[in-house]
Amino acid sequence: MLLVHCPYCEQTLPELEFTYAGEAHVARPDAATPVSDEEWRNFLFIRNNVKGPHYERWRHFHGCGRYFNAVRDTVSDRFLITYKVGETRPELSDLLEKSK
Amino acid sequence: MSNFRVAGRGRIDPQTPVKFTFDGKSISGYKGDTVASALLANGIHLMGRSFKYHRPRGAICAGSEEPNALVGTRRGTGQFEPNTRATVQEIWDGLEVTSQNRYPNLSFDIGAVNDRAYMLFSAGFYYKTFMWPKSFWDKVYEPFIRAAAGLGVSPTENDPDKYASRYLHTDVLVVGAGPAGLASALTAARAGLRVTLVDENAETGGTLTSEPQAVIDGQPALAWAEAATAELKTLGARVMTRTTAIGYYHQNMVGLCQKLTDHLPKPDANTPRERLWRVRATQVVLAQGALEKPLVFDGNDRPGVMLAGSAQTYLHKYGVRVGDSAVILTSHDSAWYAAFDLADAGTKIVAIVDTRSAPAAELLAQAQKRSIRVLSGYTATGTEGRLRIKSVRVNPVVNGKVGTAETLPCDCLLMSGGWTPSLHLFSHTKGALAWNDDMQTFLPDRKTEDCEIAGAGRGLWGIAAALNDGAQMGATVARHLEKEASANEFGVEGDRPGTGVSHKELPTDLNPGKARAFVDYQNDVTAKDLRLAVREGMHSIEHVKRYTTNGMATDQGKMSNINGLNIAADALGKPQPKVGLTTFRPPYTPTSFGAFVGYHRGDHFEVTRKTPIDSWAEENGAIFEPVSLWRRAWYFPKNGEDMDAAVSRECKTTRSAVGMFDASTLGKIEVVGPDAVEFMNRMYTNPWTKLAPGRTRYGLLLGDDGYIRDDGVIGRLSDDRFHVTTTTGGAARVMNMMEDYLQTEWPDLKVWLTSTTEQWATIALNGPNARKLLEPFVEGQDLSDEAFPHMSIVECTVAGFPARLFRVSFTGELGFEVNVPACHGRQLWEILWEAGQKHGICAYGTETMHVLRAEKGYIIVGQDTDGTVTPHDAGISWAIGKNKPDFVGKRGLERPDLVAEGRKQLVGLLTQDGITKLEEGAQLVLDPNQPIPMKMVGHVTSSYHSDAVGRPIAFALLEGGHSRMGETIYIPMPDGVINAEVTGTVFYDPKGARLKL
Repeated sequence: MLLVHCPYCEQTLPELEFTYAGEAHVARPDAATPVSDEEWRNFLFIRNNVKGPHYERWRHFHGCGRYFNAVRDTVSDRFLITYKVGETRPELSDLLEKSK
Repeated sequence: MSNFRVAGRGRIDPQTPVKFTFDGKSISGYKGDTVASALLANGIHLMGRSFKYHRPRGAICAGSEEPNALVGTRRGTGQFEPNTRATVQEIWDGLEVTSQNRYPNLSFDIGAVNDRAYMLFSAGFYYKTFMWPKSFWDKVYEPFIRAAAGLGVSPTENDPDKYASRYLHTDVLVVGAGPAGLASALTAARAGLRVTLVDENAETGGTLTSEPQAVIDGQPALAWAEAATAELKTLGARVMTRTTAIGYYHQNMVGLCQKLTDHLPKPDANTPRERLWRVRATQVVLAQGALEKPLVFDGNDRPGVMLAGSAQTYLHKYGVRVGDSAVILTSHDSAWYAAFDLADAGTKIVAIVDTRSAPAAELLAQAQKRSIRVLSGYTATGTEGRLRIKSVRVNPVVNGKVGTAETLPCDCLLMSGGWTPSLHLFSHTKGALAWNDDMQTFLPDRKTEDCEIAGAGRGLWGIAAALNDGAQMGATVARHLEKEASANEFGVEGDRPGTGVSHKELPTDLNPGKARAFVDYQNDVTAKDLRLAVREGMHSIEHVKRYTTNGMATDQGKMSNINGLNIAADALGKPQPKVGLTTFRPPYTPTSFGAFVGYHRGDHFEVTRKTPIDSWAEENGAIFEPVSLWRRAWYFPKNGEDMDAAVSRECKTTRSAVGMFDASTLGKIEVVGPDAVEFMNRMYTNPWTKLAPGRTRYGLLLGDDGYIRDDGVIGRLSDDRFHVTTTTGGAARVMNMMEDYLQTEWPDLKVWLTSTTEQWATIALNGPNARKLLEPFVEGQDLSDEAFPHMSIVECTVAGFPARLFRVSFTGELGFEVNVPACHGRQLWEILWEAGQKHGICAYGTETMHVLRAEKGYIIVGQDTDGTVTPHDAGISWAIGKNKPDFVGKRGLERPDLVAEGRKQLVGLLTQDGITKLEEGAQLVLDPNQPIPMKMVGHVTSSYHSDAVGRPIAFALLEGGHSRMGETIYIPMPDGVINAEVTGTVFYDPKGARLKL
């Protein structure tokens, strides 16, 4: 069982308190403007399914209830970072450098 | 005392004799004995029959890695456990032990005919022997195999024992309380850390219990172990024995299974049998030691053939000599010491047979001192003896040539093929292993977790090495935790370090194709099987493993892995590291289901949610049904009515007088804030801007893919406040979805969401008398149709309770839903029930609710929709606000597949005979005479008898359904085809006149 750092509570807590919420930085296109079928398909269904560092969303469900973003290595199952909604997507090279 | 018991030896208590039964026969032992040690003390080696060939087998070792001596134990009614290792189970007065996999008895077993037919049962025999005819598999082969092969039988009674689970946080977890573990724990505890030390054995000491001759810092080994354990406890360390670390998970979470009562004759009724611990340790030290390997040669499995180190353990830990005349067969120095100790205890050592040509001079000198014959540079090529070994055949090997055989009579053969570091837990972490060519074994390499491996677990041999390495590792983890720590240097006398070599199967002068040289004892896999697997094309070790089942038994190849690898590598002509090792997985030893289940059984398996009115329903004879986690009143039978009769009466009463329904399970979400209306506009398909406070609207929720997710009536209480209702099962999902969009897509909106499902009790009153019943109790609102029309909401008081009152209907009748704080729910229900008597009231349940709504064509999301249904498919596209710039699902609805022709659409169905009720889930076809498999064009989603319509009614999802009105479709059923007419979905009061009463 993983330990997850909630960037809002600023605490590292057991995975049981959290729920996984899919890939991160999948922006919903502004549907008030024309959006092509392909663009909408990509938003709905197309995911990276990476082996390695994966940008993904988690929610501190049994805690503050907030959604946040994380980078987790899907091979080692290690979190490289967690960060708040709206914060800039961290560069992978910086993260890998830091984790060394 | 039997003549195999050595007075004054061992950790048993000779003052406390214990009697237990083995296959009904009374056996004596002492407190502290295991089943195996007590049987061996009585001269009994035969303890079981093997899995496939039913070969007689005895205990091969003294620990939890035992593959052969598996027994059934019975502690009482429902307390039968199969496949218990006799080498682990401690004895107590009255324990019942039975042998397994034999008929009619252990000494004479009919299944042993398999052993004669061994040529048939080689690797992959399932795939080859039983291929055809195909029909034979179910009727002949499988029953035969199932009856013939196997280990213990599953218990059939419910398990009455309790199982517990707990969490533990600790600075340092040390796994294994041998010399390395004790030294690690002591060093860390002395540095001021919270230490937890666990060991699967009944007491600490590990290998020291087998080597009492050693002297550590001037103290006898066992006294040192006791003192170290006592000091640990004084320092506040938690020392847990009979506790196995079963799995090592991410971020230093280690699962422990603690056995609390299996060793007790009369356990306290409140003590759980086992307790599962989830330990989160900042640092872990793995000090699991090493496991001895057998040697692989013909007949290496007869009762009496045993690991030399285990014979040494039986002698020193239990005071048991495993035989009167022993042959030692070894490729490692350690077995020589077992020979010396046994000789000193009175066992005749017939010979020490070493596969190495030049054993150490110091060993030879000690053997000579005891007049023990030494045969070096020898191989073993066979054994004799049906239920117990009688002799072993040995041959000299000169320049790779096997010479003339000699037969050595014996009653036990003690072998050692060297030692394998126990790296199971380390492997659970995906830690990398590196092959060490000198030691011919894998050692821990790159780590993925915050752990250290100490002692024999990383190939260090001898007590001094283990102690000093343990202390070093204890100091290392302490420094990781920023504590000052220094590692003691231990002084050890009487240490017995040594070396050895590793073998594939031993060379023989006989036909190796006929050798019964076992590698995996529990799954009956021989060296020949492994070579056959390679010849037949299994070139990956993972394939070899699965084809032969080597290492796949409950012992997970603790003894067989390296021998199997050596043989497979030889057959493949590759070095071992190029062949690789199979993966170890949790649990380390077989673990009961009870331990994993813990408290989550029976009523505690899952919560049952009950409404505030549930108790009334129960007192009034309701039959319940589960709806998601809720328990809901299904119907209220009166005077012995069956369900159809009760539902028919409830429907009729509601349509003609008034019915009362507990709708408290409806999901409720309070949407509040200056941007509440904008949020509602974006979430739901409907337009909300013009909905006036005091009015309600049917709300439809889609996913961004355009499919229906949920629905419910939504009331606007004020400009900035909505009372949203959802389906019973969808409440949490809708809440999550709203939070997701609010937090991540529209964080700019000032809106707050609160789940209020359980804050309100909801009572629905439906029927022409509903107003007459409710009116006298309502203060602050005129209930007339003009003042409070259909689809209104108001905050008022009902019977003196603060209430949110809806005028709404899910039945098609004049309807109200009264929401009061949950604590008043039952009281209000009883007041209305009392007052309703003169209006002909009935209580109705979910089944009547389903019928009434179906008659009116109201859908249930999740029953009439399945996650691929659009509003248009369901015939409710009127609920879409066409002029809104965006809402969840708006763009999705324009996807090409969602506007294509021929989608499945919701329609009504009326069976043409007017009598037959369709089955929900039944498939629809257009042509009932087409050949099977027929093309299915839809299915029935809802189906009921309807008194109001006078015939059965149904809904179905049907391809192109909206354009098939009036057509006949067909429902093929096992007893014939049913014809039905496609209709609209509203069967009753299509103009809605009854709503406006």
